[in-house]
Amino acid sequence: MSTTRTSSAGSATPGLPPVLHLRGIGKQFTAVRALHDVEFRLFAGEVHGLMGQNGAGKSTLIKVLTGVFPADRGEMRLSGELISPANPHDAQLLGISTVYQEVNLCPNLSVAENIFAGRYPRRGGRGLWRIDWPRMARLAKERLARLNLDIDVTRSLSSYSVAVQQMVAIARALSVQARVLVLDEPTSSLDDDEVQRLFSVLRQLRSEGLAILFVTHFLDQVFAIADRITVLRNGERVGEYLTPELQPQALVAAMIGRELDTTSVARAAAATEAQAEQAPLLRATAVARRGQLLATDLTLRPAEIVGLGGLLGSGRTELARLLFGLDRVDSGALEIQGEAIALDHPAQAIRRGLAMCPEDRKFEGIVPELSLRENIILALQARLGIWHFLSRARQEEIATRFLRVLDIRAGDIESPISQLSGGNQQKALLARWLATEPRVLILDEPTRGIDVAAKQEIMNEIMTLARQGMAVLFISSEFEEVVRVSDRIAVMRDRRKVGELPGGSSTEDVCQMIAATS
Amino acid sequence: MRTNADAGGRVRHLLAHRLFWPVVTLVVLLAVNASFNSSIWHLQWRDGHLYGSLVDIVNRAAPLALIAMGMTLVIATRGIDISVGAVVAISAAIAAQMIGGQLVVDNGVQTYVSRVPMPLALITALGVAALCGLWNGLLVARVGMQPIIATLILMVAGRGVAQLITEGQIITIYYAPYFFLGNGYLLGVPFSLWIAAVVYLALHFALNRTALGLFIQSIGINPAAARLAGVRERPITVCVYMFCALMAGAAGLLISSNVKSADGNNAGLLMELDAILAVTLGGTLLTGGRFSLAGSVLGALIIQTLTYTIYSIGVPPEVNLVVKAAVVFVVMLLQSAEFRRALRQWVVRRPLATRT
Repeated sequence: MSTTRTSSAGSATPGLPPVLHLRGIGKQFTAVRALHDVEFRLFAGEVHGLMGQNGAGKSTLIKVLTGVFPADRGEMRLSGELISPANPHDAQLLGISTVYQEVNLCPNLSVAENIFAGRYPRRGGRGLWRIDWPRMARLAKERLARLNLDIDVTRSLSSYSVAVQQMVAIARALSVQARVLVLDEPTSSLDDDEVQRLFSVLRQLRSEGLAILFVTHFLDQVFAIADRITVLRNGERVGEYLTPELQPQALVAAMIGRELDTTSVARAAAATEAQAEQAPLLRATAVARRGQLLATDLTLRPAEIVGLGGLLGSGRTELARLLFGLDRVDSGALEIQGEAIALDHPAQAIRRGLAMCPEDRKFEGIVPELSLRENIILALQARLGIWHFLSRARQEEIATRFLRVLDIRAGDIESPISQLSGGNQQKALLARWLATEPRVLILDEPTRGIDVAAKQEIMNEIMTLARQGMAVLFISSEFEEVVRVSDRIAVMRDRRKVGELPGGSSTEDVCQMIAATS
Repeated sequence: MRTNADAGGRVRHLLAHRLFWPVVTLVVLLAVNASFNSSIWHLQWRDGHLYGSLVDIVNRAAPLALIAMGMTLVIATRGIDISVGAVVAISAAIAAQMIGGQLVVDNGVQTYVSRVPMPLALITALGVAALCGLWNGLLVARVGMQPIIATLILMVAGRGVAQLITEGQIITIYYAPYFFLGNGYLLGVPFSLWIAAVVYLALHFALNRTALGLFIQSIGINPAAARLAGVRERPITVCVYMFCALMAGAAGLLISSNVKSADGNNAGLLMELDAILAVTLGGTLLTGGRFSLAGSVLGALIIQTLTYTIYSIGVPPEVNLVVKAAVVFVVMLLQSAEFRRALRQWVVRRPLATRT
């Protein structure tokens, strides 16, 4: 199918017509202008990075491209022909295959079944006879071989790592005669080795003439793999750049529309000694829960940011959930402001001044159909109870205030929160908790899946809050982030705390501590 | 030009309103009715009472409207309560058994005598209904059972309980004051209508002037997020099931008063399905979350009007359930935005296709 095999890896020349050309694309949601007059070109044999902050319109552009919803205006051409895919299946038949951010596979089916779901190879004249299992396994193996993967395709998908699952998703997408492959944040749950492996597969596909659209938040990754970069901001295209001609600083500037000030986050780790004298706001002594957390101690003092350093599955989230009363402790003691308490519902923790932004924004954070206003006041209202109902005017005042303070970009406070971008949703959740004026704030991965600028804003906000006396427990997979903001770092490993490091420690210190205690 | 655009906007706004289709359905049903029998619009004031077909419909819809309101809240929390029919039977059986009643002629004066004071009987019946709701609520919120299974237990067992109370008999009530509930008039308007109106207003107040509405919706839309935000989901869920059963109990009183008897086997039979239907017709999704109380009341009125229509246009009784099902099917399709879109595309595309 691929017509432009001549264009070798990484040197797609604009001389050839683009495989995919979008022009003047516009998309309006009820209150928000998601895309405005966007042009986008994708050439055969290139990896094209699509960059932008949350809310810049990346996801919308991809959804238009893959037929999830139609554009309001503009035209799409695939190999010069006008197309308008009505749904993702339609787009796939046209040759545009997509691997979405969340892996949309069935973990309890086998690898082969996942690859061929909905189009199992069959026996018999017109495929009316039973499923041809041996042939399916053989074909699945061939598909994966193209991605340099040799695994047992009859085993269930869940028995493989996320990285392998990602490959399976790509294999599934590629099983139709794809000309364009869209990867929406494929690396967000992969470790470094797995990313490298994915990249080598992408390079190979590129050399076969496939046009690859690669969406990511990671700057180093886009520079490592992309040949060309398109930047979106506020629903408009800022520009299209050749990667070698673009400096990282310039890219960030293009994304956020101003120079990035990295120094503003630097924080002196001096006040820690004075803090040690203060009475702790929260003290956990040997808290444990079977199968989730081994006996762990933790103390939080006023005006202190404590980082939880550790790998995925080290018990960070589990500890946070115990402290907040989302799960009950099996053993150990918990003290909030000197008062011993056995929590069995978050409401008890909230009444005592705790707040928590959960790891999973979608499933435990937002209440999608409710408005931004209702989402912001929810925790405060829950704390006040059923009878002390905040008047509509008071609700609006609170919501509007936080819209301004946290710079939440939304049409208005009555639009459903689900219409907001990920970064703005996260800010709204932060607003929900700040409205309760908490003493202790637990942040579990507050910056995951968020662009640089929103990340920065949220981090700055956390700093300010800590300076005003709030205790913050900060959980992040990015050690640099933990190290940069924390006054103290509790290092976790294998479901327990293995030690603490003072503020100002380096990421190497954290890694060493994790590695040393075995 | 501008006013035109404004009007267009207003029409679109009206079309998008969640009560638009329920209201249209009701109006169409009434219009169909009127084309067969123009006297349906006829209201008259006689002996200080309001009479007419519309009053009849509204009066008979009152028990269903009560249950539908309770069911709305249950459904909003992602639940369902299929035991309301059985609770209707239990409450009716208790009231009938406790009141019983006799006509006694005392010195030439006729007086009605009940077995126990009527208020006590009413309170007991409603109390037992609320206990039924507590049972349902605890099974759902504490034990963590699927709502449809949890309430299935009482749906099956409840009829047995009702029959135990009535000892397998149909109990006839001979106590005039009790008849007032389902047949009486207050200020010229049927008493049952007053009850439905008061419940509606009280509930409307509770949902809009307290945080109850917000909490119920957040539990229904995203229970995990609601819990994490500190919403006490369990007590609220239990209360909602209790309220639903209490409404079923009240409906049981109205129904038994109206027919002056209690039949453990047949009172409130299949009412759970009518109530769920009323909620759905009113535009509340069975998936929980956003709900419309007024919509559910409209839904109850639609069902009662439909029943009335079927009888008044003389559909043979053997097929009236089929007719009812067919009408409900069409109404449901029309209420689906997806179906309307498909229909519009089909209608718009066809002329083009025939031209080419």
